[in-house]
Formats: sequence, C-alpha cells, structure tokens
Amino acid sequence: MVDRKALATISLLVAGALALFSLLLLAAGKNPLDTYSSLFSSTLGNAYGFGEVFVKLIPLLFTALAVAVPARLGLVNVGGEGQLHLGALLAAAAALACGSATPRWLGIPVTMVAGMAGGALWALVPALLRSWGFLNETISTLLLNYVALRVVDFFVYGPMRDPGSANIPQTMGFAPGYLWPSFTGRVHIGLVFALLALALAALVLNRTRWGYEIRAIGGNPIASHRHGLPLERAIVVVLCAGGALAGLAGTGEIMAIQGRLRPHFSADYGYLGFLVAWLASHRPLRILIMGFLVAVIATGGDSLQLDQGLPSATVNILMALLLFVVLAREGKLAS
Amino acid sequence: MHPDFVQGWLAGAILASTPLFYAALGETLVEKAGLINLGVEGTMLMGASVSFAVASISGSLPLGLAAGMLAGGLFNLLLGPLIVVRGANQLASGLALMFLGQGLSAFYGKAFVGTSIDGLAPLPIPFLSNLPWVGQILFRQDLLVYLMLPCAFAVWFLLSRTAWGLNLRAVGEDRLVAYAAGSNTGLLRHQALFLGGLLAGLAGAHLSLAIAHTWTEGLTAGRGFIAVALVIFAAWRPLRVLPGALLFGGTLALQIQLQARGAQVSPFLLDMLPYLVTLLVLVLLRKSSRGRMPEGLKEVFESSR
Amino acid sequence: MPNARSSSGDLLLETRGLTKVFGALRANDGIDLQVRAGEIHALLGENGAGKSTLMKMLYGYYQPSAGEIRIGGAVVRLGSPQQGRAHGIGMVFQNFTLIPALEVWENIALFLDRKRLKRETLLDRIRELSRSYGLDIDPLALVRDLPMGTRQKVEIVKILLAGARILIFDEPTSVLAPHEAEALFTVFDRLRREGYAVLFITHKMAEVLRCADRITVLRRGRVVSSTPAAGATKQGLAALLVGDAGAASADPTPRRPGPATGAPAPQPVLEFAQVGCLTDDGRPGLRGLAFSLGPGEILGIAAVSGNGQEYLADLILGLRPLSDGKVLVRGETLDPRTPRSALANGVACLPEDPLRMGAVGGLSVRENLILGGHRPYWTSGGWVPDKAGLESAAKGALMTAFVQSPPSLDALAGDLSGGNLHRVLIARELGRNPALLVSYYLTRGLDLSNARAARDLVSSHAARGMAVLFISEDLDELFALSDRILVLHSGKSEGIFRPAETTPRDLGLLMTGAHG
Repeated sequence: MVDRKALATISLLVAGALALFSLLLLAAGKNPLDTYSSLFSSTLGNAYGFGEVFVKLIPLLFTALAVAVPARLGLVNVGGEGQLHLGALLAAAAALACGSATPRWLGIPVTMVAGMAGGALWALVPALLRSWGFLNETISTLLLNYVALRVVDFFVYGPMRDPGSANIPQTMGFAPGYLWPSFTGRVHIGLVFALLALALAALVLNRTRWGYEIRAIGGNPIASHRHGLPLERAIVVVLCAGGALAGLAGTGEIMAIQGRLRPHFSADYGYLGFLVAWLASHRPLRILIMGFLVAVIATGGDSLQLDQGLPSATVNILMALLLFVVLAREGKLAS
Repeated sequence: MHPDFVQGWLAGAILASTPLFYAALGETLVEKAGLINLGVEGTMLMGASVSFAVASISGSLPLGLAAGMLAGGLFNLLLGPLIVVRGANQLASGLALMFLGQGLSAFYGKAFVGTSIDGLAPLPIPFLSNLPWVGQILFRQDLLVYLMLPCAFAVWFLLSRTAWGLNLRAVGEDRLVAYAAGSNTGLLRHQALFLGGLLAGLAGAHLSLAIAHTWTEGLTAGRGFIAVALVIFAAWRPLRVLPGALLFGGTLALQIQLQARGAQVSPFLLDMLPYLVTLLVLVLLRKSSRGRMPEGLKEVFESSR
Repeated sequence: MPNARSSSGDLLLETRGLTKVFGALRANDGIDLQVRAGEIHALLGENGAGKSTLMKMLYGYYQPSAGEIRIGGAVVRLGSPQQGRAHGIGMVFQNFTLIPALEVWENIALFLDRKRLKRETLLDRIRELSRSYGLDIDPLALVRDLPMGTRQKVEIVKILLAGARILIFDEPTSVLAPHEAEALFTVFDRLRREGYAVLFITHKMAEVLRCADRITVLRRGRVVSSTPAAGATKQGLAALLVGDAGAASADPTPRRPGPATGAPAPQPVLEFAQVGCLTDDGRPGLRGLAFSLGPGEILGIAAVSGNGQEYLADLILGLRPLSDGKVLVRGETLDPRTPRSALANGVACLPEDPLRMGAVGGLSVRENLILGGHRPYWTSGGWVPDKAGLESAAKGALMTAFVQSPPSLDALAGDLSGGNLHRVLIARELGRNPALLVSYYLTRGLDLSNARAARDLVSSHAARGMAVLFISEDLDELFALSDRILVLHSGKSEGIFRPAETTPRDLGLLMTGAHG
C-alpha cells in the first residue's frame, strides 16, 4: 500500500508547495520561518490552540463527508456551505419553536434531526434536477450556496430576530436543553458524532448493500444501469445524505460554539470540506488525516491574522497549492 | 413605474453587466476549447485586486487595467499544466484556483482595503449623451462599457473567421480529429486559457475601478460563477453573451435600485434574485443549450469523479 | 457485372513486403500491393484479415516492422497523417474524421495546409468541385445535419482539395443505404476517369464485383491473390476469403440435438413482431424484423459487425425505443423505462463490449459476479454481508466457466484480460439460469478449450430450457450450436434457415450482401 516512489514524489511536491508559499511570504516582507513557527505554535504548540484545531475539525469532517459520499457515486457536491447554513437554520428554528424546558436527551436529538433535514432539503433540488437530467449538480449546488446565505440573513434579521439585542442581528440564545455540551474548552460532542459519521460512512460504503450499489454505479453507471441498479434514486438519496451531513456541521456550530444563530457563523467550512475530501480522495480514513491537516492550517490562519497581520484568507493559498499537488498526481498524462 | 426608477435601473443594469460580460466572454473561449474553469471567480479577484493596486500606486488607469488583464491571463494559465497536461479533474482544479485567487488577492490586497480611487470615469459621448432618456442610459457609461459590443464581435470573428478559431473549436469538439488535422491541441488550449484569463482579469478590473472604486476581500461575491452560468445561457455563442449579461446585470441593478428607493422588499430576498434567476434560466434552457455544448466539454461532466 | 478495364497507368502507390508484428501476432505479413492511376483497386478480406492494420500503416499511424512503402516510385516513411497527406494519400475512414458541430467548409479548411483562411475562395472551390463531380454539397451546411452519404461526399471533397492522388476508402458502404452506395460507385468511376487511384477496403463481395478493376484478397495478414477483376466470381472469391469453410475445424463440436419435434409448441420466450428501431443518427437501424424463439431453442443471428444486431439486446432490455412493431418477452411487453422488468423476467445478456457494458472495472471479480443479483447476499435489511455465502457462490460460478486457473476473486475486473473478463461474465449470467440469454460473440478472445467449455455450457443450459439469441460472426460456431439461423444484413432479415438445409458458404454470401 505504501509505494516508495509515490511517497517520495508527493513529499517533493508538498515541499514545493510549501516553498512557493514561503516565497510569497518573503515577497510580502514576512519571514516564512516566523510564519510557519507561529502557525505551529498557535495550533499544536499550546493546549488552547490544540483544542481550537479540533473545534475546526468537527465541522470539517462533516462537510468533507458531504462531498466524499456523493463523489463515490460520481457526483460533485459543492453546496456544503449552503447545506450547512440551512441545517443550522432549521435546527435553530426547532430549538426556538419547541419549549425551553426541553431536557437534553430530547433537545439534542431534535436539533440533529432538524439540522439533517435542513441540509437534506437544500440538497434535494439540485439532486432532483440532476436525476431528471436538467442540470449538473456542480453548478446548482454552487449557486444555491449564495442563496442560502441570504436565506439565513433574511430570518436572522427578520422573523427570528432577538428583540432584546437591538443592534446585533442574531436570534435569541438557545435553551440549555438544545445546546451541545463540550468536553474540554470548546471541543464538543460534535466530535463524537463526526467520528461516528466517518465510521458509519466507511461501514456503509464498504460492507452494506447500498454501499455496494453506490460503488458499482459510481464505477460504471452504464453497466450498473443495464443490470437494473437504481441510478436516479441513488443520485437523490446520496446527494441528500451529503446535505444532511453538511447540515450537521452547521448544527454543531450554532448549538455548541455560537449558542445562537448569527450571520457569517461559518468560516468557509463548506468549501474547506470540499478541499479535504479531494485531498483525501474521498476515503473516510484519509478524510480524518487530511481534515486534521487542513484544520491545523485553518486555525493557524486565524492566528496569522492576529500575530502577523496577514488576512486569514492567506491560508487559502497554501491549501490551494496542496490541492493542486494532489490533483496533479491523481491525473494522468493527457494531451 | 416611475420613469426615474426605470432610467436608473437600466443605466445601472448596463454598468453591472459589464464585468459579467467580460468574464463570460473569456470563459466562452475557454469552454469552446473543451475546458471548464470554475475558478473564474479567482481570476476576476486577481484582476480586480491587481488593477486596483497598480492604479493606486502608479496613478495610471491604463497601466492598472493592463496589469489586471495580464494578471488574469497568467492566473488562468496556472490551470494549463494541471488540466491540459496532467488531465486532472477540471471541476476540482477550477475550485482550487478559486481558493488560490481568494487567498492571493486577500493577501496582498490587504494594504489597499479601505482606500478608494476615482477610477474609470463615465465618458459621455458628445451629442448622443444629451438625448432625452436614452442619453443617460446608454451614452454616459465608461469606456469598457462601450467596448463590450466591439469585443463581442471581435471574439466572434476570432472564433468563426480565423484559422486559429477554427482549430480551437475543432479541439473543443474532437481532439483526435483536430490532432489528425495537424493541430497542436495542447498549445491551443493553453492559448484559450490565457485569452480567457485576460478577459476575466479585465472584468475584475472594471469591478474595482469603475463600479466599486475600492478593493475589499471577496469583491466579486460569486459573479465568477454567474459568468460560468452565463456561458451556458448564451449557448457558447459570443454574440449572445451580451444579452445574457444584461439580463443578469439587470437583476443586480434592480436590487440596488429597490433598496435605494426604500422599497419594502427585504434586501436579502433581492440579493438572492440573480442566483435564482440564473438557476431558473439554466433549467428552462437546458434543451436548447445542450445541443450546442462542445463535445469535449460533455466528457468533463460525464467523467467527474 | 465486373468492369473489364485493363489497369494501365502510373504506379502511384506500392508496398513491398510490408509487415507489421504485434508481439506474437503477425497482423500483416509480407504484403505486396500495387495501386495504379486510373484504377479502382479493391482490397477484400474478412474481419481480422489485417485490413485495418494495413490502412493504419498507409495513414502514418503505425510504422511497419518490415518492408517498404513507395509513392510514385520513391520509398517514403510515413510518420504521421500529415506526411501521408503531403505525399498525396487521402484517407476516408469508416467513421469519418468529421466534426459534426462544424460546417462543411470548416471541416475541409481544418485539413488544408495552414494558409490564411480565405472563406469565400474555399466556398467557391467546394461548390465548383462538388458540381463537377455531381456531389451536390452545400458548403455552409452543418455536418451534423447531413445524412451519411453526403458526409462521405464531404470527406471526398476534403481529400481532393487537400491534394490527394491516391484515395483510400475504409469500408465505405458500411454506413450507407443501398442507393447511396450506388452514388458512391458513380463517383468512383468519375475519379478513375480523372486519373486518380482508388483503393477501397471491404469485406463485401457484391461491391467488389460491381466496380473494381483489380481485386486483392487478404487472409490472415497475407495476400492470397491479386488479380484483375475480369473473370472473378462470387464463389471463387468466397473460397479465397474464408479458406475452405467446409473443412473440419481443429476442434469439431458435435451438433447439439434440437428440441423434440411433435410436442405442442410452448409459448415463445421471445417474440419480435415487425420490429423497427432507429440508430442514434436517426437512420433506420432495424427494419421489419420478425422471429420467435421458444424455450430451449437456440436462434443464431449471423451478421457482420454493424448490421443491426447491436440493437437487439438494447431493445429487449428496454434501453432503446422501438420505432415500429413489438418485442414480447414471455408474452409480455416490458416496461420501456428500465431494464428491471426484463431482468425480472429472466433475461440475461453477454454484451458486445464486456468491460464497458457488463462490468465495473474498479470492483473485484467477486463483486462483479453479483452485479444485478446482489440482494440475496446481504441480510438484516442490507446491513450485514453474507460473506460465506457470497464466497461459495462466487467460486462455484467461476468453476462452471473456467476450465482451469480461474482469476482470483480479489482481482479487479479492470485488470483482467479480455478473455478472462468475458468468462467471468459468462459465469455470472449463466449462473442465474436465465430464461433467455442474449449472447454477443460468445467465444471472442477465448482459446480452444475455453471456447468449447463456453459452448457446452450454453448447450447444457439450453437443454434445460434456456432460450438463446446467439449472435455471432463465426459461421462454424453458428452451424454447430443453432437450431435455426437468422441472417441479418443492413438491419433486415435475409431469412431464417435450418443448418441442415444450407451451408456456411451460402449464409456467408447473404451476410455480406451478395444476393442469389
């Protein structure tokens, strides 16, 4: 499984990506070594940073799965960002609508179901459009991301607004029965859910009948169709499942970290999840590893802003370079 | 309907459609070659930030515009080794390019956030700009707006009346036949990427220099993806990109006008309009456009794994 | 009727001892060919005789392993298609090198030297040429809108304008309707009169006799004869083409006993009633096809590749719409939207392209063996795999189709050799005891013993009631296995015959379109 030459090549390419990034930093008058060490120390070097890495990892695992599972069928789901927003919206609505005396064992599952429903519903339209042959899901999920942001804004500034906080657009805080508890610091039970989801995805894909069908259809839709496998139904089910997973990412963020629904609560988790899934070639175990790597870089990015005065989007550069490297390797020589 | 409102809306529509037009025109060239670049968003951001930076520093608008175009061209070219030479997945590569553009433009654009520039001023055309009503809408726009129609014709001419354009279209339809005819398919596709990038860079430059007159992170706000949708809407025909751009520019401008007039519609619902209209149009037009998609492009969507 | 014209004129194209070797396979072996100006030269050979390899060498796509090509007397090296064109070779392929989305003049301009595009001049020249040859081409038409015959004319104009003096046609009438083929031969006559050399490659004897001046017959990579057309006969050519078809093959398969006569006719398993369907281009693919097939019966379909048999499985499975008539499986018309009802009614298929149409390359052999019948191998509503059950079923299935050394169950289907993959599919489809098997080229890619095993397997299933639609190009096999044989040509049935009442030679003639 470990091909020495391949390992050497990819190490070289990753080193190349890092070197390019360093050049960029130099050109901006920053010391790359400083930057890298700041990245490292702010994340893995101290307890708080380490915890923050996990905080970012949790939604990333969900959104990466949201891309990876449909990808096994051959679908490109870029709508993680929108789906997580709608999941958060529905979860917030559920938490606000149901009574505030709800106990935890009921409240938390309610938010999860609502969150999954929200994400799945947002993925339903692109799924149907694709299965009916109307529109490729890449474009439809992408466009709906922008719509989702506005939908959430609409509710948070409007019907779901907290009358008590006049100047700040946000909903009321959720009752404790719905909030997701934490282990240490801000690392919350979403981590357990995410790891379970990863394990479940791996299990379903590799051992169950539906996983077989997904792999067969993804591997050769023509042959599968000729043998009666349900192509259209699979598209809808799998894309909605992806949406539901992304919905959980959003739910976790507002139920554990934010405590209420605010606009812009997501730090591009949807797109970062896309990145992680492709870096991991859509395999659940690798998603864990790549998710961790990207979480480190993303967390480090925040500190870059504080310590080095660089905009946090800077880390997008590094991540894009890494993705280029992986994509170039997976491709074959064409003309 | 208040005549002022309509006038303001139409003039605004034309202005707003300009970046969409140039980006979509560039992407049309790329897709005619059988490639798809989902990262136009990133290319536009590069064009917007570079042109703003250069114009601010040098004080020269032509230099800024040129720099923005060149930045766009070179940026698009980054996809060349990846998708043309290595045959990597085009959809994922494009999105990676978008990330890169977001990051790079935010990185060195930081110094310019919050500053503003006079930028590209409207150039009223003598006499015509004094015509009632029409004059305000059509003839008091900036240079790049006036150049839209000539550019559309230029690209049309390039594609359908030159040998280069013919070879490019052949490459986009059937690489094997083009190769048998003696075309250098790799070179042609790189050239398409570069030219497409020049136009996308110009689109970004217009956005920062003529519309926003400033630079902020993520200035394009998804216009790059609307441009990609626009290419499909125009059925890959350069001359149809302009009407399409006007349609989408119209929805962008409508939102601004309604907000300015304190209309009782939620700004967020208005904000959604361009994207929803795009989706609707793509779905409704699928039959007529499907037939005109370059064959090479069909392969990209069929094998997206 | 043969054209008795003497082949005078310059020697434009010549090959001497041209050979192409692929590993152990001698695709072309010492080919001597002479093509002269003002001559229509037919290259006749069955599929697999080496025609396409020879063509690819003349095109510059392959390099010869030995021998030489001479043009106008001088030895040339054709390293690329452009070099061929520069030497005056023009090639019209079976599937054309045209781009449907472009206009006629654009397709032609693409292949001309990279001069500045003078659209008006080119349009005029196309019109002029097409008028003088009676080709009737509109240079501004989109190729996609043109029928096949017209597209071929575009190809001819293209190579003429590119300066070809030697025109090579690969199976030119395979995509043409009969009247279009006639029009083509008229063009050939004209080209001959103008002093061009025409080389056309085909397996159809009727055409060869209709218009060739000289006939070269290719068999198993070698030239077996090269003579003037005058005096050639169908029988003589057929004998040269297939060798002695009456001779016993190396492994004579005994004829299977037919179904018992005298018993009351059971309900047919498969019925085609005046079936018509269209090709993807909208031309007729099948016309007025009618037959019925009872349980335990093997109906052979004798057809050369591309004569309509490719649509049969799709029509039965419901993957292609009918333009006419009805298809009944066990007396019922099936749901046209999905193959599932056909599969539920016991239809199995061994497709033309096993890797593309019948297997998932990225999955293991084990997982491919359950494609289409995978449900029973999971319990608890699909959560728990029945690994033991799957393992034993898979092993058992493989043993029926593999005489020895079956592939590992863990091997990826995409890594298997063509023959092995084919056998995995045989194991799978027959292992389900289908009521109807639609089989394409059952023994393609199989060596002698495995081919025999496959035929025996089909026989024994048929003896137990399985109906078989047995599609093949191999007449020996068809005669050995079939109860009746239907000959398909250009989408129409040329008749249904009992093997005892006819000979492979006669059916071969029908397959290649020679009548009477």
